[in-house]
Amino acid sequence: MTILKTLTLGAVALGMAVTANVASAFEPEKPIDFVIMAGKGGGADKMARLMQSIVEKEGLASKPLVPTNKSGGSGAEALQYMKGVSDPDHTIMVTLNSFYTTPLRQPGLKVDNMAFAPIARMAEDTFVLWVHKDEGISDFDGFLKAVKDRGNKWVMGGTGKNSEDNIITDHLNEAYGLDIKYIPYKGGGAVAKDLAGKQIQSSVNNPSEALGFYESGDVVPIVAFTNERLPMFPDTPTLNEVSDKDDFAYFMQRSVVGAPGMSAEAAAYYTQLFRSVYKSDDWQEYKSKKSLMGEFMSQLDLADYWSTQIENHKTILKASGAIK
Amino acid sequence: MEIYSALMDGLWIALQPHNLALAVIGVIVGLFVGALPGLGSVNGVAILLPFTFVINEATSDPAAPMIFLAAIYYGAMYGGAISSITLGIPGASTAVATTFDGRPMALQGNADRALVTAAVASFIGGTVATLFFTGFAPVLSSVALDFGNPEIFALMLLAFATFVGLGGDDIPKTMFSIFFGLLLATIGFDTISGEPRLIFMNEREQTAILEAVGGNTDAVPFFDSVGWFSRGIQFLVLAIGVYGIGEMIWTINASRYKVTMTETTISAGRIWRAIVGMKDCWKGTTIGSFLGFFVGILPAAGATPGSLMSYGVAKMTSRDPKSYGQGNPDGVAAPEAANNSASTGAMLPMMTLGIPGSPTTAVLLAGMVIWGLEPGPRLFEDRPEFVWPLIGSFYISNIVAVLVNLAFIPLFLWVLRMPFTILAPVIFTLSIIGTYAAYDNMYDVWLMVLFGFGAYLLRILDYPLAPAVLAVVLGATAEEKMRQSLLLSDGDFAIFYSPFYDRDGTGQEWWIAPVTTWIAVILIALPIILWAVRKMRGGSPATTETT
Repeated sequence: MTILKTLTLGAVALGMAVTANVASAFEPEKPIDFVIMAGKGGGADKMARLMQSIVEKEGLASKPLVPTNKSGGSGAEALQYMKGVSDPDHTIMVTLNSFYTTPLRQPGLKVDNMAFAPIARMAEDTFVLWVHKDEGISDFDGFLKAVKDRGNKWVMGGTGKNSEDNIITDHLNEAYGLDIKYIPYKGGGAVAKDLAGKQIQSSVNNPSEALGFYESGDVVPIVAFTNERLPMFPDTPTLNEVSDKDDFAYFMQRSVVGAPGMSAEAAAYYTQLFRSVYKSDDWQEYKSKKSLMGEFMSQLDLADYWSTQIENHKTILKASGAIK
Repeated sequence: MEIYSALMDGLWIALQPHNLALAVIGVIVGLFVGALPGLGSVNGVAILLPFTFVINEATSDPAAPMIFLAAIYYGAMYGGAISSITLGIPGASTAVATTFDGRPMALQGNADRALVTAAVASFIGGTVATLFFTGFAPVLSSVALDFGNPEIFALMLLAFATFVGLGGDDIPKTMFSIFFGLLLATIGFDTISGEPRLIFMNEREQTAILEAVGGNTDAVPFFDSVGWFSRGIQFLVLAIGVYGIGEMIWTINASRYKVTMTETTISAGRIWRAIVGMKDCWKGTTIGSFLGFFVGILPAAGATPGSLMSYGVAKMTSRDPKSYGQGNPDGVAAPEAANNSASTGAMLPMMTLGIPGSPTTAVLLAGMVIWGLEPGPRLFEDRPEFVWPLIGSFYISNIVAVLVNLAFIPLFLWVLRMPFTILAPVIFTLSIIGTYAAYDNMYDVWLMVLFGFGAYLLRILDYPLAPAVLAVVLGATAEEKMRQSLLLSDGDFAIFYSPFYDRDGTGQEWWIAPVTTWIAVILIALPIILWAVRKMRGGSPATTETT
């Protein structure tokens, strides 16, 4: 009798514990708003849609991710939108470095990066300097010479104003006394196409954006803005190698963040979700094929990473005069 | 010869039962999605993108998912004409030009002829474009590379030049309409600098108001909507307002509550006569097929300027330009041939350059990446097993689409036979649902209603509204391209009009942009010059001159 009673009590207690557990764990109740902080067809967009498709294919979430592109104003539109959402538990965003640079440049937006939920860093994208093969440039010295010869007529195309591409261009101008003209585009795809069409003279596209025209032989890589050579371009030196006083390296986060005000339970749920995406074969294959670096990072680690990155960007933007 | 055998293989694969079934289903889905105002090809393709994984698993044919999505895209292009003709509401920006003559034809009781013309012209346009695509894809992609920022801007200027001819005789009112549209297009975030423009209240002002009311947002009417202007004015919000709400109010008012719907009869004989009647539309169809394709392959231009320019050119080169806008079948054939031709054309930069020319191709591009394809200059060489069946399916989908479309015409005409007392509330409801479905918020719905009443007032004052709607579509691209070009030239406008402007310090000459710009300038100036010439000759200004 007592045994039975104990068992029953135990079962009840266990049942309650399970229910309690279920109640506290977060499950999305409706489709998840999946904001993309960039235009359609660019690197960030393709990656976001790949993540969505992996979630779909592997059945990782009970509700679908619904992508919406908010590309306006170097991400200002997306950040503004995220700040004002009525249901932060069902709103996540794929973001890049404009996550820090846009609020730094436009304090009027009153965006606090640290208020966003640090869900997952899926990779760090890399940058490479590209020129058209017809320029006949094979190394960085040749590039410097060609740019100087052209006076102020050398044009660098990039994605967005004061964006990652702009920062790298500013650095080249600053460190090597160049007068490169920077033209902002809406997406990396358009930049790659205009370089292949010789409408512009160089770009600092991510490998994934320039890959098609690199394989067809239209564009050639000159230097990589990384610490070590990229496995995909073993013959392309890093900037550090070709210019020993310059250890400039620049990466772009490919992260997923939650809207400000997201509950800890929801954030934990999404972290788990994107950890599964990260571990999937499809994602790992994409990462190596597109020359992406960086390990998975989430929660406190990611928040720390952001603090460091914000400080770094403050320094970079101050040095180039973009902010005071 | 190599192309021929590759194409035959591709056609064979596209004709496999599963691919043929996918094409038929895709076309039917697309037709209905395109026919509903507010939903366009982009919605259809985006919603069904995840579904293609099922297709991929089931068929293990790399081209099958893409064949399905391309069929939806095609079907939607055909479908866009249906709401333009039967309801007078363009379902997508590509079908705006179809309303100009399609709607008058429907009101004159010739809706069946308009629908048949649209379907057959679409078929011809789509097929011509597919032939070009098959034969010259690699060559044409290098043409697309020659179009940089100044060239695209010059092309936009050319599109604007054709607007001037669209608004009728009152040039000042047309100009007002264009500038009003351009003004609306500047609302939101500036694409180049990232600064908000004309959003009526920035953060600082918002904070000040919040402090004044002690943080109680309920005290400020519409406070939640403030800042929504940062989203910009979406094309559909204006188009549905103007054509859905504005037109309905106008019709109710003009008819003094006694709307008589034109009887439309339908019979196999009438359909056949309409098909035979297509021979009178050869000119519009030809212009649309070629011009549409050419504009379509240029990234960032897309099918809207293509259909619009084709309409303008067909009107300009016609012996009887006055009949345009009054229900001339050629005015339906030209834009419909063009938008189908352009949508096939837009696949070209997507596949060979990796650049989407329209929102729909952007989603298709993302789909290709998901299936492990690498769109770009090497796609044709690296993945022939994907490319050729897809091209083959373009031919098949076109045939399927025209047949399905013709078969459904009686159903579409049934819409027209509804009594106006039923049709008007249906259109109001569709307008509201369509706007909400497209952007998922009430703010755009209110704005749409506001535009509807505004459009009604302008209509009373006899302002043409189509130029404003089209200026909203093209304004953002035109501005972006102009400013990128001026950054390139340090603000020197010579980059647009002089072939000798040295863009890159190599002394190379650039001819495409200046030639296009000058054609546009001449088109804008021509009516004024003709008028001046008539005056000089001492002729009566009332003489109607045709060119």
